[in-house]
Amino acid sequence: MNDKKIKILIAKPGLDGHDVGAKIVVRTLLEAGFEVLYTGLRKSAEEIATTARDEQVDVIGLSVLSGSHLPLCRQLKALLPEYGLEDKLWVVGGNIPHEDIDALQELGIDGVFPFGTPLESIVEFIRKHV
Amino acid sequence: MSKTPDVKPVVNESGIEIKPVYTPEDLGGPSQGDQHGAAQHHDEQVGEPGAFPFTRGIHSLMYRKRPFTMRQYAGFGTPEETNKRFQYLIENGQTGLNVAFDLPTQIGLDSDAGLASGEVGRVGMAVDTLEDFEIAFAGIDLEKITVSLTINGAAAVLIAMYFAMAEKRGYDITRLRGTAQNDILKEFVGRGTWIYPVDASMRLVGDTIEYCAESAPLYSPVSVCGYHIRESGANPVQEMAYAFCIAKAYVDLVLERGLDIDSFASRLSFNFDIYGNLFEQVTKFRAGRRLWARIIKEEYGAKNPKSMWLRMIAGGGGGGLTIEQPENNIVRSAYYALISALSGTQTMALCSYDEAFTIPTEKAARISLRTMQILVEEMGLCDTVDPLGGSYYVETLTDQMEEKIREVMAEVDSQGGIVKAIAEGHIQNAVSKQACQNLVDLQSGKIRKVGVNCYRLEEEEPSIEFHPFKEEDCRTQLARLERVRGERDKAAVTAALHAVSDHAREGRNVMPAIIAAVKAYATVGEITECLVEVFGKFAEPVRF
Repeated sequence: MNDKKIKILIAKPGLDGHDVGAKIVVRTLLEAGFEVLYTGLRKSAEEIATTARDEQVDVIGLSVLSGSHLPLCRQLKALLPEYGLEDKLWVVGGNIPHEDIDALQELGIDGVFPFGTPLESIVEFIRKHV
Repeated sequence: MSKTPDVKPVVNESGIEIKPVYTPEDLGGPSQGDQHGAAQHHDEQVGEPGAFPFTRGIHSLMYRKRPFTMRQYAGFGTPEETNKRFQYLIENGQTGLNVAFDLPTQIGLDSDAGLASGEVGRVGMAVDTLEDFEIAFAGIDLEKITVSLTINGAAAVLIAMYFAMAEKRGYDITRLRGTAQNDILKEFVGRGTWIYPVDASMRLVGDTIEYCAESAPLYSPVSVCGYHIRESGANPVQEMAYAFCIAKAYVDLVLERGLDIDSFASRLSFNFDIYGNLFEQVTKFRAGRRLWARIIKEEYGAKNPKSMWLRMIAGGGGGGLTIEQPENNIVRSAYYALISALSGTQTMALCSYDEAFTIPTEKAARISLRTMQILVEEMGLCDTVDPLGGSYYVETLTDQMEEKIREVMAEVDSQGGIVKAIAEGHIQNAVSKQACQNLVDLQSGKIRKVGVNCYRLEEEEPSIEFHPFKEEDCRTQLARLERVRGERDKAAVTAALHAVSDHAREGRNVMPAIIAAVKAYATVGEITECLVEVFGKFAEPVRF
């Protein structure tokens, strides 16, 4: 067992103000014993990458409900090498149509959690993959 | 507690225990069940429609005289495309418009701002300059069709644009009706399209109310939203209580400027959510109507009965709709519409069955409209005012809901008031905690949801057609913005923007300066930047 707590960044990229889901996930992960940082709304890819690097997180989680998940993930992906974040676990949640899951995985997203994902499966996924 | 031990206890979402049977005794007050007690209850708590305390409705004849306004939320892509959807809805019998703006517009960014990339026209109509409004409302008679603008952070600019557009088309602003959402406090709790810090945001709301009271007295400058607070996780009682606390904060703000309560209170309106238990929703509105009337009359000393009216748009209710078996949402929405009509709403809007996934298709939007029309044309909902009034159950629950709403309002007061509680993130924290509990209860099956945790299909049938997001819309919008920027009188724009900054800095009402700026074709982004320079930006409190 690793003594160090797994550290997770939950971020809201883009302009979308729907933060109910992101906050639920933050609470769930805190209760599960992880260390969790929440960015608040409207963060640019640069801001998210900077926080992830400076805080040395193990997991980057994006929450998107505006339908812009693909362009926003592409923006972040472009920054990962420069910020030394390529080895971090990357997960995305929100109202993501099933048709887009493959495209997200091709971008390098490890876990996609659309609406209706059981909360405990997010916890398990992170425990298993970090 | 219930006296019938052989049935399972039922407690509604607001925490009130529901009895299996209600009788006249429940309404008797102190002298339980006698004729005198029941008559006294009727006089004090129920009364007649159109008369204080307005429990049964704000008008004496309600829908018998005029059915509720049907106002579906619509807007996407360019102003041209949005205008087409508006025309389509009006041709199909819609009687009001409710404009959806894209996210850059909602937070005061121009379409060519870096952060706007990928968002232009996505969740609503893109607006940069007055020309966009001229296109969006072309051919629409603004006296016949009232327009509601769902805009908050950037409300002062978009209200100014609406007035400028109407004036240009020859309408008299002093007779112009319409509504702006312009409820910034709830944006800090849910929805999130804030721009400036809380105090400066409040001041802008004050400026718009004051300006309208003086120059556009029939326009509703604020629609206080319990809706989004409920969507963020609040229960029905909290929805009403927080909305009333917020509305009171706006009232206090305007009173401090020396306006008389009766000069503006009648133009405040409300926006509430409907999903969940039918009777809990209906009584939340009946209780809310009575409580708001009492607050305005008893706490603020209003004399004009119209100031006491809880005028509302009630519908929705996105939070009740499901991604699973989406056609079931058509049925749910029909019940929400029924609840809304039974509650005596002034205006109704329904989320479309595909809205959990996408911008509603033309067909989905039409089904929502038809749902409301079926109620009006086929179900007899307009024949009689407040048809549930006098029911032992409904009247008892109305009393209990009012009591509960008062309790939550008192709690907020004891924490130092709503503005402080929101600025420090306490309301957000309470609401989000409850949202989390709701989801846990849903996933564990404690809350039953058809198609989600019971009566599921082995495999979902794909049945939703996605609204296409067109990149070319963004190019059209950017091209127009560039052209308008090139064509306008640059010196006039610069002078107008200076005036906006000066007004903001000097604490003068900014509305006249903003109206002058939009008339000079200053952009939403340029005006917002001027205000940000003076006011700064909101720093979101993160609290768990």
